[in-house]
Amino acid sequence: MLLYTSQRLVLSVVIVMVAVSILTLMLHVVPGDPAVMILGPRATPELIEQTREAMGLDKPLPVQIVTFFGNILRGDLGQDVFTGREVSQIVFEQLPYTLILISVSILWAAVLGIALGCYSALRRNTWLDTLTGVLSVGTISIPAFVMALYSVLVFAVWLQWLPAIGAGEGFWDGATHLILPSFAIGVSWVGYVSRIVRASMLEVMGQPHVRMARAYGLPDGWITRSHILKIAVQPAVTLIGTGVAHLFSAAVFVEVIFARPGIGALIVQAVNERNYPIVLGAVLVTTGIIVLATLISDLVIAWLDPRQREDM
Amino acid sequence: MVSSVATEPDRQTEGGAEPLVRIDGLSVDFATPRGAIHALRDITLDVPKGKVLGLVGESGCGKSTLAYSLIGLLAENARIAGGRIDMDGQNLAHLRPREWRALRGRRISMIFQDPMTSLNPVTTIGQQMMDIQYREKGGRAEKRARAIEFLEQVQLPDAASKLDAYPHQLSGGMRQRVCIAMALLTRPDLLIADEPTTALDATLEMQIVTLLRELQEKFGCSVLFVSHHLGTVAELCDEVAVMYAGEVVERGDVAQVFRDPCHPYTQALFECDPARIREATRRLPTIPGTLPDLRRPPAGCAFRARCPKAFERCKTEHPPLYDAGGGQAARCHLNDPAEDRA
Amino acid sequence: MTDATQEAVSEPGVLSRTWRVLSASPTGLIGFVLVALIVGSAIFAPWIVPYDPAAIMTGPRMAPPSAEHWLGTDNIGRDTFSRVIAGGRIAMLVAAASLAAALSIGLLLGLIAGLGPRWLDNILLLIFDALRSFPTIVFGLAVVTIIGPSLFTVMLVVAITSVPIYARIVRTQTMALKNAEFILAERAMGVGTPRLLFVHVLPNVLGPLLILASMDVPLVIATEAGLSFLGMGVRPPTPSWGVILNDGYNFIRNSPWPVIGGSIPIILVTLGFTFMGEALRDIFDPKLRKAG
Repeated sequence: MLLYTSQRLVLSVVIVMVAVSILTLMLHVVPGDPAVMILGPRATPELIEQTREAMGLDKPLPVQIVTFFGNILRGDLGQDVFTGREVSQIVFEQLPYTLILISVSILWAAVLGIALGCYSALRRNTWLDTLTGVLSVGTISIPAFVMALYSVLVFAVWLQWLPAIGAGEGFWDGATHLILPSFAIGVSWVGYVSRIVRASMLEVMGQPHVRMARAYGLPDGWITRSHILKIAVQPAVTLIGTGVAHLFSAAVFVEVIFARPGIGALIVQAVNERNYPIVLGAVLVTTGIIVLATLISDLVIAWLDPRQREDM
Repeated sequence: MVSSVATEPDRQTEGGAEPLVRIDGLSVDFATPRGAIHALRDITLDVPKGKVLGLVGESGCGKSTLAYSLIGLLAENARIAGGRIDMDGQNLAHLRPREWRALRGRRISMIFQDPMTSLNPVTTIGQQMMDIQYREKGGRAEKRARAIEFLEQVQLPDAASKLDAYPHQLSGGMRQRVCIAMALLTRPDLLIADEPTTALDATLEMQIVTLLRELQEKFGCSVLFVSHHLGTVAELCDEVAVMYAGEVVERGDVAQVFRDPCHPYTQALFECDPARIREATRRLPTIPGTLPDLRRPPAGCAFRARCPKAFERCKTEHPPLYDAGGGQAARCHLNDPAEDRA
Repeated sequence: MTDATQEAVSEPGVLSRTWRVLSASPTGLIGFVLVALIVGSAIFAPWIVPYDPAAIMTGPRMAPPSAEHWLGTDNIGRDTFSRVIAGGRIAMLVAAASLAAALSIGLLLGLIAGLGPRWLDNILLLIFDALRSFPTIVFGLAVVTIIGPSLFTVMLVVAITSVPIYARIVRTQTMALKNAEFILAERAMGVGTPRLLFVHVLPNVLGPLLILASMDVPLVIATEAGLSFLGMGVRPPTPSWGVILNDGYNFIRNSPWPVIGGSIPIILVTLGFTFMGEALRDIFDPKLRKAG
């Protein structure tokens, strides 16, 4: 188990490093002076020279990559081209907003999705099962940013029930400001999760060990929890674990549409300013979190299912 | 109907001991999109107290369906279309789910065909063995001790350490031993074993059968042993019922039926049993033909189409179970005293 | 000879399966109809649009739907319906071009990974995993910073992020086939690798790939619309669904119609291609059901 975890950890780090290398390489593959490209049309010759030196762009490529990774390992993501502030500081200032947003979104979606999926599997062909099925297809078909636009339209513009702008201040205000954004991100996940849980529940319900549990007169609720759900929830865990990348993508739109602070809004702003160090830093941190999430979901599955511990 | 009652042999098998379970005229249908399958038709059979009843037949003959209807675990599309299953004055044919739950894992327990998939893969053996004692009083330590005791009963080496193992860490034979230990742990009156050795290799099969025999004698429970392997039935069972196309075609004392089978199907089964073939032959004999369509069971004898001895009467008249003496009975007109035996 | 007989045998099977799948669930048929409508309107867009999509003040500003303007008008009086149809052309162009690129590159890399030496396979797998760990939109934004926003950028982003998925499938299939008995037998008879590839691997891999690609169309279109919505994809005044939505979002408190009009085609495309993909999968490759 320990060996497996450390192997996965090493592999994860390698994946993040490869991912970052790809982005750094892209900067150099494109014809033209990277410093000019980073700074865009506003660049003065002095600024270009300064940037080139600050980012080590005047050194050979392998040296750059090595120093770059060295810096990352020391927690140094470079400096903002314009203000000179530490990129890591800027990114970690914004990160909590995004993490709270996507955690709240996936949490309510997973809880509701698992509950609906369970219900649908246990009570097949009831009206709630049919409704869940239809709504799942419907919500899955709507991209997060379209869902966000409709949330604004319906709940903030027409009904005026909920605030749609900013992150709010204090706990309660913050919570009410989270409702619409987390709805927009989470609603399609309710569909994904309920569909996959329903399908895998139905599969597990047909397995001999469930019949065996029934043959011993164990109560139905008990069988559902420890004999069916514990196995049937695994695909949902994997889905969510690998879906964190999609959550970040959705967060970009939701933060822009609801004018919330966060890492997505930061990236969009940095792209508009062509502030490459911030973009790169933010992408690096995001990718790191995504790889970590996949790792965590694998560990959760290993914890749920002893068979996986040895296969891995 | 009247005539069939008249020819119906004395229900009570040997010595007049009251049976544990009386199955009387049981019929089970499976609903399918293309019409109902009459999987069990008019089954009348006793499970004797403290003895082993074997249930043999080809796959698809309904022997597993019969076993599952005795523990209320029929598939969702199954329906008991008629008849009764009496056990201590209770009719099991029409129990509510709650009433079934009270019986299962207490008076009736079951061992399944495939030990590889019958145990919960994500829970330790020990936990599963303690779970099934959930109705018992007593603390964890007590239940754990009982679990170890029964694992020792089934001769599982190093029983205490197996409690912390997960099913996938044990071999198939070990898992089936665990399943047997679990089934006996609940001290059932009736133990149903649905082809418990089919998934195991021959050596293991013999070990498990011997173990079952020993434990049955020790605990004195009744066993319904479902198998398509005649050798194990001969080894283990006191009585046997042969099933064909959803009917019991012959039943009686094992030694007697094996020595002198009265139904042509039983005879054919023995001829096809590789263990019983005496002459050297190039190919394994099989019974020609296939099972009848159970959506529309034939009007006469179900085995007529494949029977080498079929005659005119078999086409039109459905044979009742004729008494063949000594508790043996067969569903074949050749056993009708009125018929001149060819 | 064997190919011909196989085809003759499988043809009625496919037809009857098509009939069975489509008659069992109406969603498959809906999918085919929607896709036909969308692709048709994209091809014939210039002849369908009632107004020039770029023409301003074709009617009142931010008008609700009417007989003249089926989906209303936007803040500078452009006809939303015409812009939606023209935007569909862009969306389909992006989808077709980028998926074609992703399929060919994915096929090539997958074959290399599947047939090549183990170290190369490992390196490629690592790169695939790395590319997949980027969120599409975040990766897209990073690329935009480097090469600037344009239609080409969108296609590049989609192609790069889709390649790993296809490559992995091709790799798995190739590896499975590599050790299949009939391949080993042909190898023993001296049939060369290129011939084996074209005769056995490609036909086996292409079908599932195309079905998956058709199910990926909604994803591509959402990416294009999303990047364009952020102003990082197709640039105004080119009409794109994302651009229409962005214009609508800016005036959402004045009129809901541009947002509604711009979002309907995205939802229809998603439903259409998803339903069609599921039906195709059931017809041609029931095994994919499990894998997918």
